[in-house]
Amino acid sequence: MDPAAPILEAERVSLRFGGVRALTDVSFAVRRGEVFSIIGPNGAGKTSMVNCISGRYRPTGGRIRFEGRDITRVPTRRRAALGIGRTFQNLALFGHMTVLDNIMVGRHHLLRSGFLRGMVYWLGGAQQEEIAHRREVEEIIDFLEIQHVRKAIAGQLPYGLRKRVELARAVALRPKLILLDEPMAGMNLEEKEDMARYILDLNEEWGMTVLMIEHDMGVVMDISHRVMVLDFGRKIAEGPPEAVLADEHVKRAYLGEADEAVSEPEEAVA
Amino acid sequence: MELGFLLQLLLNGLIVGALYGVVAMSFVLIYKASQVVNFAQGEFLLVGAWVCWWLLTAWQLPFWLGFLVTLAFMTLFGVILQVVVLRPLIGEPVISVIMVTIGLSIFFQALMKWMFGVFAQPFPPIFAAERVRVLGLEVQSVYLLSLAISAAIMIGFWWFFTYSKHGLAMRATAFDQQVAASLGVSVPRVFAMSWAISAMVSAVAGVVVGVVNGVSSALSFYGIKVFPAVILGGLDSIVGAVLGGLIVGVLENLAQWLDAEVLNWGNMYQIAPFYALILILLIKPYGLFGTEAIERV
Repeated sequence: MDPAAPILEAERVSLRFGGVRALTDVSFAVRRGEVFSIIGPNGAGKTSMVNCISGRYRPTGGRIRFEGRDITRVPTRRRAALGIGRTFQNLALFGHMTVLDNIMVGRHHLLRSGFLRGMVYWLGGAQQEEIAHRREVEEIIDFLEIQHVRKAIAGQLPYGLRKRVELARAVALRPKLILLDEPMAGMNLEEKEDMARYILDLNEEWGMTVLMIEHDMGVVMDISHRVMVLDFGRKIAEGPPEAVLADEHVKRAYLGEADEAVSEPEEAVA
Repeated sequence: MELGFLLQLLLNGLIVGALYGVVAMSFVLIYKASQVVNFAQGEFLLVGAWVCWWLLTAWQLPFWLGFLVTLAFMTLFGVILQVVVLRPLIGEPVISVIMVTIGLSIFFQALMKWMFGVFAQPFPPIFAAERVRVLGLEVQSVYLLSLAISAAIMIGFWWFFTYSKHGLAMRATAFDQQVAASLGVSVPRVFAMSWAISAMVSAVAGVVVGVVNGVSSALSFYGIKVFPAVILGGLDSIVGAVLGGLIVGVLENLAQWLDAEVLNWGNMYQIAPFYALILILLIKPYGLFGTEAIERV
């Protein structure tokens, strides 16, 4: 596979709900190994775009390619198996289950043992397989620093921790591309810094391509290689963070007339 | 009043209650995984028992073999039912799905009568000793077997949901289908699997009851008895289903004792669970262990 080829390509993707145009002819490409952010005002279609990529929505027009393969009509769970993981804007942990079980669900497609072999657990190789998986799960748990809550019921954890557990669950898929829908929403500064570090590590050390929606401009400018701006379902800019920030369209449509939003990154980055 | 009689009834209650628990569990399994209220649950018992009876009498298979073939058949039966009848109904209104399961119930009752006749048929004898004495109480050997099988199924369920890959996938799907799919879980497969397991487990109960009472359309009634049990335990709680089943079994037998000793009304055995059902709905509509549905409008 050509390493220079984009890992994800969206080609004139449109999405309509009845008369509402959530997305109109959005095209972009995410390069392998980059952190790519989608920004835009509320209702700009950011989450709709991510849902089209993850398979939750089927675009009403256009194509989506993952590693050169057309996945526009591929069901959600196959996309997960192909290597697309995601987190959700409004935390979607399995609330009654333990942190460990939540993460193990993320391993689902990697567990080979089928139903019958599972039934004869102690006879087949299921146990060895489970041990290998547990080791990798522990690695993820260590990485995200959630060892102390691994047996806790996910729904009872504080918000910041739940966000981390959800990230751990998505990472457990071992995706090539991870979609993060507002990973920092509702976090305090310290939690945001931690999360930014996790995302950078995932990108640099774990080799995952990151596609992220985020409102915190400081974080976006700080860790993204490239940024795309959506407004009313249309792409209005794309490029390196500084270039996008300087763009007149973006200033007008997204950041408003005031300069304060533009200068905000400086303080948040520190 | 005779204490021995009461004890005997309590024991019977626990044994029958364990069977109710097993059926209730398989009912809850379908409800949890695919949000379908299955009014044809009793027919799983009926079909399973008739198939096993047929294998044993017409084909002269030994019990263990006939039993295993029945389980395999019922697993397939559950999958086919889900794929052919219920999968096309995904996304349809709840009431349509309920009507379809009621239709299935009527259809299979009639089909069984057409194929095997309307009379109760006894199973060929399975145990050398009809009855054994346990702690001074007379117990039918099949009842002991039934208790053992019920307990084994319950432990199996617990293991399956706690440790197996598919059990985990089912719990995830029951919680949120979209999220489960985004993690690589095949939701259609989970649905089919829940129906397969439910049909298979119910058939075990059907065979056990068939061995005790003979096979007849009365088996369908277990599907109705399941409702007080699951409403008591909470529609979406497996543990609740087991407890609900046990409570209904004991309640029935206590009602019978009360009836025989004091009231002499003559039908309490049949009716008591449904009085309990109404009371529970008035007092605790989500059951002992059910999730309270909070709707934000």
